[in-house]
Order: sequence, then C-alpha cells, then structure tokens
Amino acid sequence: MPFEPVILWTDALVYVLVIAIAVAVVYVRRHEHLRQPWRRVAHSAPGMVGLVVLAFFVVFGLLDSLHCRARIDDAAGKTSYAVEVSSVLDAVLRPLKVRNEKTYSAPLAYRLFARETIELPDGRQIRAFPRLRYGGAHLKAPEEEWRTDVVRRALAGAAGGFIVWVVAAMLVCAALARARAQSIEQVWRTLTRGDFELPWRSILITLACMLILIGAATVLAAKYHVLGTSKVGEDVLYQALKSIRTALVIGTLTTLVMLPFAILLGIAAGYFKGWADDVIQYVYTTLNSIPAVLLIAAAVLMMQVYVDTHPQLFPSGAERADLRLLFLCAILGVTSWTSLCRLLRGETLKMRELDYIQAAQAFGVSHLRIILRHILPNVMHIVLIAVVMEFSGLVLAEAVLSYVGVGVDPSMISYGTMINAARLEMARDPMVWWSLAAAFVFMFSLVLAANLFADAVRDAFDPRVAIVKPLRLRRARPGAARA
Amino acid sequence: MSAYIIRRVLYAIPILIGVNLITFVLFFVVNTPDDMARMQLGAKRVTPEAIERWKVQHGYDKPLLWNASAGGMATLTDTIFYEKSVRLFAFDFGNADDGRDIAHEIRSRMGPSLALAVPVFIVGIAVNITFALLMAFFRATYLDFWGVVSCVAMMSISALFYIIGGQYLVSKVWHLVPISGFAGGPDAFKFVVLPVLIGVVSGIGAGSRWYRTIFLEEMSRDYVRTARAKGLRESVVLFRHVLKNGMIPILTGAVVVIPMLFLGSLLMESFFGIPGLGSYTIDAIQSQDFAVVRSMVFLGAVLYIVGLLLTDISYTLVDPRVRLA
Repeated sequence: MPFEPVILWTDALVYVLVIAIAVAVVYVRRHEHLRQPWRRVAHSAPGMVGLVVLAFFVVFGLLDSLHCRARIDDAAGKTSYAVEVSSVLDAVLRPLKVRNEKTYSAPLAYRLFARETIELPDGRQIRAFPRLRYGGAHLKAPEEEWRTDVVRRALAGAAGGFIVWVVAAMLVCAALARARAQSIEQVWRTLTRGDFELPWRSILITLACMLILIGAATVLAAKYHVLGTSKVGEDVLYQALKSIRTALVIGTLTTLVMLPFAILLGIAAGYFKGWADDVIQYVYTTLNSIPAVLLIAAAVLMMQVYVDTHPQLFPSGAERADLRLLFLCAILGVTSWTSLCRLLRGETLKMRELDYIQAAQAFGVSHLRIILRHILPNVMHIVLIAVVMEFSGLVLAEAVLSYVGVGVDPSMISYGTMINAARLEMARDPMVWWSLAAAFVFMFSLVLAANLFADAVRDAFDPRVAIVKPLRLRRARPGAARA
Repeated sequence: MSAYIIRRVLYAIPILIGVNLITFVLFFVVNTPDDMARMQLGAKRVTPEAIERWKVQHGYDKPLLWNASAGGMATLTDTIFYEKSVRLFAFDFGNADDGRDIAHEIRSRMGPSLALAVPVFIVGIAVNITFALLMAFFRATYLDFWGVVSCVAMMSISALFYIIGGQYLVSKVWHLVPISGFAGGPDAFKFVVLPVLIGVVSGIGAGSRWYRTIFLEEMSRDYVRTARAKGLRESVVLFRHVLKNGMIPILTGAVVVIPMLFLGSLLMESFFGIPGLGSYTIDAIQSQDFAVVRSMVFLGAVLYIVGLLLTDISYTLVDPRVRLA
C-alpha cells in the first residue's frame, strides 16, 4: 500500500455515528409509526432545502475524516511513513493545499496584495505588485486577458455543474414517472407547479444552485485562488473547506458524547424519584450554575497545562489537535447535557404515572425492561429534537470559544481560528475582507441549513407544534386568520 | 414565603460547595501547582528554586487539603483548599497574578458592565416582544412566514460577525461613534450606544421567534376563544389578553438572566474595549490568570442561584395561582 491508514479518535467516533445513523434509518424504514413523522419532515420545503445543503457539507466532512499517512521508500529500500497525517479531502484538494503564495492576495487576483520591490531584467528596481506564483500564472498579458479568462472559466464551470444537474433532474423525473405510472412530461409539469407531496421543486432548485456554484468554483480553482489567500499565502477556499469537518465534529460528537449521560440520568431521576432524583438534580444544578464559558475555559486551560507537562503522551501534532478537539466536545457536552436531562426527567415523571406503566409494574416487569421497552421509545422524540436543535448552537459556540482562545487547537483549521486570524485584517487599509467573508458565507450556510432542517424535525416530532403550524399560508390580512 | 426563601438559600449552600469542589479539582488536583508554575514561568528556564519562589509568591506552597505539620485547626486552615477555595464563601477573592485585589477590580468593573448589559436587556426584550406580536398578529400569512424565515437567518449569523460588521460599518465607514473605549458619566453614551445596538440586533432572531411561539401557544387557549366570542376586536384580544398572559413565561424566563447581567458580555466588552467584568474575564483567560478565573466561576455560580430564586419568586408575583410553600 502506498499509504497507511490512520484512525484518529474523532474519526472513530464519526464512523460510529455514521453506522448508528445507517442502522436507525433501516430500523425506521421497517416501522410505519416511526416513518410517519419523518414523512412530515420530508414534506417540509425549508427542511429539505436545508438537508440538501447539509448533505454537501457532510460529504466534505466525511472525506476529511478518512485519514492516512503517505509511505516513503528511501534509497536503501527501507519503508517509513510520513509524519504528516492527511485526509482524502487533502488528496483531492492537493493543488489548493500546496500552491501557496507569499502573502495576501485578493480573490481571483493575479497579483499580490502588497507592493514589493521587483528587480527588472535591466537591473532597475521598481515598487510594484508582483505577479502571483500560481494564481493566474497562465495569463501572458493579464491586464487584457484576465477578465475574459475569469468569465470564460466561470461560465464553463457553471455549465458543467448545470449539465450534472440536468442529468440528476432527469433521473429524478424518470424515477417519479415510473413510480406514478405517468409520462415524464406530466411529472415535469406537476413538478414545476410544485404540486408534489415531497417538495421536489425546492430540492431541485437548491441542487441547481449548489452544483452551478461548485462547478464554477472547481474550474476557477484550477488556475486561481477563488477566495484569495491568507496572510501566509494559504488558499482561503482550502481553509474554508477544511473547517467543515471541525464544525461538523463539534456539532455532532458533542451530542454523541453527552447523550448517554443525559438519557440515563434523566430517565433514572424521573423513574426512581426519591434520593436518586435528589442526587441527579443536585449534580445538574451544580454543573449548570457554573457559567458555561468559564467552565469550558477552566477545563481547556487545565488541559493545556496537562498537555504541556506530558508531551510524551501525544506523539504527533495532528493527534494532539485531534485529542484537544475531542476534549472540547466532551467539555461542551458536560455543559449542555443538563437541559436535555431536565426535560427527560420531567417527561418520565409524567409518564411513570400512566396506566400502561402502572400495569407493567403490577405485572412484575423489571425496572430495566420498563425503562427500555416503555419509557425510552416514548421520550426518543425529545432526544431527537434536542440533538438537531443543539447542532447549530454548537457550531456557533466553537467560533466564539476559538476567539476567546479556549477553542480548538490553534493548528487546527476551523471557522473560529479563521475569524480569529482575520479580525485584525479589517483594520488594514485597503481592507482584507476575503477571509472573514469566506468564513461568514460558509458558516452562515451551514448553520442556516442546520436550523431549517432542525425546525422541520421539531415541527414533525413535537406534538405541541401542531396548534401553531398552519396548513396553508394566506395573504397578509390582519384578523383574517382566525382559527 | 419567607420560609420558602430561607429553605432555598440553605439549598444553595451544597450547590456552592459542589461548585467549589469542582473548581478546586480542576485547578489544583488535575494539575499540581508545580505544573502551573512551570507553565507560568515558561518551559525553558525553569529551576526548582524558581518554581518554589513562584509558589510562595502566590500562596501555593501549602499542602492541598491536610497540613500535617501544623497543629490544631491549622491542619485544615493552613492549606490551599482553605486559603483559595473556602475563602470564596466570604467573597474574599485574594489577589490576581499581577498582585491587584480581585474584589476591588470586580467592584470597579461592575459599573461599565451594567451600563452595557442593562440597556441591551431591556431594549432587547421590548424589541423582541414588538416583533413577536407583529408576527402573531399576521400569523399564517406570508408576512409571518418570511418573518420567521428572517429570524432563522438572523439566528444563523455568529455574534462575532454582528460585532465585526457593526463596528466596521458604524465606526470605521460612517465615523458615527468611536471604535472602542469607555468613559464614565454622560460621556459613556457615545461609547455604549453601538454595542447596545449590536447586542439588541444580534438577539432579535432567537428572541422574537421564541416569543412568537409563546404568543401563538397562548392564542390557542380557551380564554382567547371566549374573548373573541364576546365580539372583541382581534387587536384588543391580542394586545390586552394575549400580551398580558404571554408576559408570564417571558418575564419569568428573563428574570433568571438578570443577575448574570453583572458579569457582562465577554465578546462585546473585549471588542469595544469596555473595562467591565467580561473583558476582565477574557483577559484572565488569555493570560491564564487562574485566580481570576476561579473567582469569576464562583461569582457566576452565586449569581445563577440568585437568578433561580428570583425566578421562583417572580412566578408568584405575576401569576397568583402559583403559591410557594
């Protein structure tokens, strides 16, 4: 093998999560009563738009979770492995990763952002903006060619994306036509009117936007730095794409870490009452009463000291950064499990008085069995809502924590570290805006997509929402909407 | 009522002891004072003497929990746990790493923090209620739909971007207010107005969406139907009946935050250079001044518990059906 696979801790947990989701999907498909609320999620247009966008992010995140080390064969025939751990995404984005410039350059620029002294062939020296090493290096006379070249490449890429989309849309239409025994034309007409149960029109429009953008960016990225370069000349697009994994890991693994505690303790407190309830309530009130930022700061500071004094435990920089990420997830989990725990306790308290639980107790069913068979399935909707609602908040929290200096390892690329590095650039004149703008656009689309999807899930699973949610929208006319 | 309050105050004691133990374990057991000294002095030129000197300077040269060499009560009191943790109960915070008295710093920094946090809190609630009522009034229309969508969009923007963007636009491009800084008295206005504005705007998304749900839930209740059946106009139903009843969950939800206002806002204060407790905390975290972080943890816990107590009391004030026993 030309490489050796490396499984970092967070990678392993990501795989566990993927397997768990796959198992859950299979299980839900087999049970009609579980499919029902998911069907409602699928019928919500904002939710599905969010899911499509999320899917793109997840693909990048998963590609970035397959790590390996390259094999090096030296002249003597001995094999060793590179110290640097890289992922499949790194391999795909290799051109972006290695084509570093000297310092800042604006998006799609062919010249450096800062003036430098250049020596002309005839020995004179002038102060000018030097050409970039890679960005637009193929242009012979950039002043004239640049504009047409950028437009041509962007259009070509967009056209490529559009073709992919047309193929995808045709496949969808064909599948729908087959399922409904209609002609493709009929299906297309229903689709453009937006009359399907599933919001296919919204889904396909979102897909078109994403594919066209990705197509244009891919073709442009071959010759330019689409989002410019950072202070040390790194491609900002590469940073933004690498940050996706960090954000997803923080958003998902944190809940994965905290779920067992929250479920176990919440149900135990509600079910057993008495001293168990008192102890568990005491634990979560105590943890809750420490301001979250301070608890995280204290824990992360302590971990830094620990890492500094025990360097032998962390063989490589990647592993250290990875463990710090995992630790951050764990400590974020400690601060966020309490609210879910409280909800579960309240729900279990109500539920244990219901007839069917009382009957089960009278029949002598064991506590464990009652909890597993009767209580747990009936509180799962609360858990699910909490998990999806938590995600976007955690992604935003990472940025703030990294800004404060208690977030991910400084060597790990994340939106927080990007913003942190870029915040002084706003004061430069002329302003360096692209790092911040890139972090903003990526984070905003990720969090917005997650929020839209989470809302759809909550609306479908929360029985209380039904009263609040209208079926069809009316034109704005005050008072006309009486229930 | 007073018996209830006394019981709640007594109940706070074990919680504070718990908080104290957690911080003690975090700061002194996971890493020994030696490790901290090494960290503070820098890894390179550390000699055992330097570590000892640092520990004596900061009062970390004692045993953690049990001082066997001292006699009598001093076996318990002449320890790090007593000196650093138990004393917090008397709000004796000790000195920061730069030698200043933490309690004095906290007192002098509370003012600026409140000058920023209180307006954000009050204006924020008023603005959010206004938007939420509007959306509830136009419920199930496109106005409502797009209102909720823009709320979700606003929620999806990190607070960092609100601050960076607002500071850039208002201070740097338009030159309306100074970029950062603070002054006492009436001069404070021009320094505080932009952070307050940003604080309110960044809270609109989550806040008004939450309040809208509260109002809509309230609108599905029986008394609303009765009011409509009486022939009251929709606006009267909404502003007189629904607003008043919706205020119960809103106010009780807001009360828990009030004591936290003292702690100020970490981000806002550090970006705008306001010398409040938030920027104090952030500076302490960044310079790894553990004494300050520990004090703020304790202070935060006390304020949180006060907030819980106030919430319970406010229930009885706004809703006569609730009785505390």
